[in-house]
Amino acid sequence: MGYAMKRSQRLDAVFGALADPTRRAIIVRLASGQASVLELARPFAMSQPAISKHLKVLERAGLISRGRDRQRRPRRLEAKRLAEATGWLERYRRICEANFQRLDSLLDDLKMKEERRKHCKS
Amino acid sequence: MKDTGTLKITTPGDREILMTRVFDAPRHLVFRAFTKPELLKRWLLGPPGWEMVVYEVDLKVGGTYHFRWRNTDGTEMGMRGVYREIVPPERVVSAESFEFGCDTQSGEQLGTTVLNEQGGKTTLTTRLLYPSKEARDATIASGMEKGVKASYDRLAELLEKPEARAQSGAKA
Repeated sequence: MGYAMKRSQRLDAVFGALADPTRRAIIVRLASGQASVLELARPFAMSQPAISKHLKVLERAGLISRGRDRQRRPRRLEAKRLAEATGWLERYRRICEANFQRLDSLLDDLKMKEERRKHCKS
Repeated sequence: MKDTGTLKITTPGDREILMTRVFDAPRHLVFRAFTKPELLKRWLLGPPGWEMVVYEVDLKVGGTYHFRWRNTDGTEMGMRGVYREIVPPERVVSAESFEFGCDTQSGEQLGTTVLNEQGGKTTLTTRLLYPSKEARDATIASGMEKGVKASYDRLAELLEKPEARAQSGAKA
């Protein structure tokens, strides 16, 4: 029960954080590598404090964290938390389904070979 | 109605994952594709960008199997298991665990695969039973993390689609 509560609260925080387009754009930017607050603020017509506010929300949700560099304090994406929130089951399903689609064509191959062998024997 | 294709995947219990999939082939061929290393190598690849580099199968009770995949960025992930039960061409039970880089999954999962044939089509049912809910979630999450790292582009794409978020919201 305790675990389930924590998990659902965590997901609430994640979905709350992802509900904003600026914060989603920040996540997309961080997906290609860590960046400082200044670098993150650049593409938006927004003040640095406004961006910092968004970063705080993302940080509280566990979606991003701060790097070691004391001067730049680069933000980076916490991929695990994001994967959890975007539905691990669905992602897992898609990976397996891609495998099984390859298996479909392999099985077609095997069936054809078996048919041919039957013909040759008779 | 087309009943082949489309993997169904559910979590009937906290420690389980249940998968079903119909193949348009007799089950002895499906069994072969699941147990012959040279055939496994052709389809069991995982997310895009991964290739299978180790594929060893000793198909007997107590025999082991070892699969290893390598990503274009050099990261590796592996799976080792021991066969507990083999009934060709209908049933395989094995205990297996994943390895991500240098991390080994704590505890094993028990995988039971059953093949049912009807009218030339085969229904595959795989039940994975984990030692705990945390082990199940952690295994999938760390596997996903590697997949995510390997294809950040697709992740960005997912985030830009509001319906993807709505769906995962409904599931959570």
